[in-house]
Amino acid sequence: MRGQEAREQAGRKALMATLAHAEADEIARLWNEAGLPSEAELLRGPETGLVTVRGRIGGGGAPFNVGEATVTRATVRLPSGQVGHSYALGRDKGKARLAAIADALWQDPAQREAVETKLAAPLRAALDAARETRRVETAATKVDFFTMVRGED
Amino acid sequence: MYVAVKGGEAAIANAHRLLADRRRGDRAVPALRLDQIVEQLALGVDRVMSEGSLYDRELAALAVVQARGDMIEAIFLVRAYRTTLPRFGYTNPVDSGAMQVERRISATYKDLPGGQVLGPTFDYTHRLLDPELAAGAEVETPAQRPVEPEAMPRVSAILAHEGLIEADGEMPLDHVPGDITREPLQFPMARDIRLQALSRGDEGFLLALGYSTQRGYARNHPFVGEIRIGEVELELDVPELPFAVPLGSIRVTECQMVNQFKGSAKAPPQFTRGYGLVFGQSERKAMAMALCDRALRAGELGEDVVAAAQDEEFVISHSDNVQATGFVEHLKLPHYVDFQAELGLVRRLRAEYEARENEDKVEEKKEAAE
Repeated sequence: MRGQEAREQAGRKALMATLAHAEADEIARLWNEAGLPSEAELLRGPETGLVTVRGRIGGGGAPFNVGEATVTRATVRLPSGQVGHSYALGRDKGKARLAAIADALWQDPAQREAVETKLAAPLRAALDAARETRRVETAATKVDFFTMVRGED
Repeated sequence: MYVAVKGGEAAIANAHRLLADRRRGDRAVPALRLDQIVEQLALGVDRVMSEGSLYDRELAALAVVQARGDMIEAIFLVRAYRTTLPRFGYTNPVDSGAMQVERRISATYKDLPGGQVLGPTFDYTHRLLDPELAAGAEVETPAQRPVEPEAMPRVSAILAHEGLIEADGEMPLDHVPGDITREPLQFPMARDIRLQALSRGDEGFLLALGYSTQRGYARNHPFVGEIRIGEVELELDVPELPFAVPLGSIRVTECQMVNQFKGSAKAPPQFTRGYGLVFGQSERKAMAMALCDRALRAGELGEDVVAAAQDEEFVISHSDNVQATGFVEHLKLPHYVDFQAELGLVRRLRAEYEARENEDKVEEKKEAAE
């Protein structure tokens, strides 16, 4: 794969990951603030289904099925022709639709900048901050071992 | 001849209406919201997700409230809901080594990369009921310790290089993971299928079996190599995209049990392993699962199968609490015709028995008279 194409895919995937993690209300709020276009033809869904989550025996061995999770997906086409997809855990159909439109808009060179700065960047900042808070709260419960010398030598 | 007996429709409708009323309880008490259950009864929600085999917090919370807090009924509701949805596919296997860890402990190594991180644990609490909680007291915000992020490799990876511990469980390369939601259970079964059954198995049943192995039934000297709880990312391969699509993250609990093993005709002395991986935060379940996984590997490791926990068919056939409750609870449904038939049979047997008794008495009297 050419470098340009790989970067392109990584960027698109990063946006999808951010949208999948983000709360529906937060996406809708930023969408309205940014005034992003929400007109799109639904090609599929939004529909809710299951994915079977896989783990690995011993953590790194052969795969096995752990259980199911709900996932909602959508596919849209913009008036300008771009087709966008979304997949995310949960059952939020409004979020699935907006996320699919965001993916389609991102593929439009004229819209990518707006999607990145007005939608993805603030969502990412909020998710990173929440993750960081959880991390430092967890770190505060790390055990610092020390040894005590007892008695006389 | 078969005569269908009808009736009870009005009684059933009114019983369900009464159930709804009793579920709601005193109207002067505010009704529970699902977000309250998700946030404040989180481990109960996790249990319903794990044994219902469906990761969806809100649905699990709805099931808990609909079932009036009856966990097995809630699990049943979630299982029934699952069957109404289409399946989009199988995710790529989660990487627990890349988990955003919220708790990670090892009972075998004090100093390990990433350290011992207690997280939100009941361990070391005094198990005293808290009257302040009853009074609705506010709680402190958590302490924070800003430190550089540190990698937390799985303990099994650290142990592996000495060669004294077995590798992660491998399967032949062409092995397709079995799926008990698609194919009926067949014995003997491969370890991957057993693990799927154990992961959704009843916590109490697996706990009791795990406990039995510690008490000497299939003794296998376990140590907790590692328990980790946290969020792992999910990705799904889909035909419409040239990369695995990210779905978000789920919280799981993983337990690596390490077991002393003296060796057998099939395997040299080493540490063997049992593995547990369950939805949500549930280390008791993950530990019990790992103990059962190890016990059920008796055949593979050349151990004698002498105890219930080692008996694959016994353990796996009875670990599913929805199946178990279905069969036990069906006994309370009308069995009028069955019972009439049995009653007739027992009456006949009793009459024959009494006739024999009387004959014997007559016989005895005759003998006594002679």
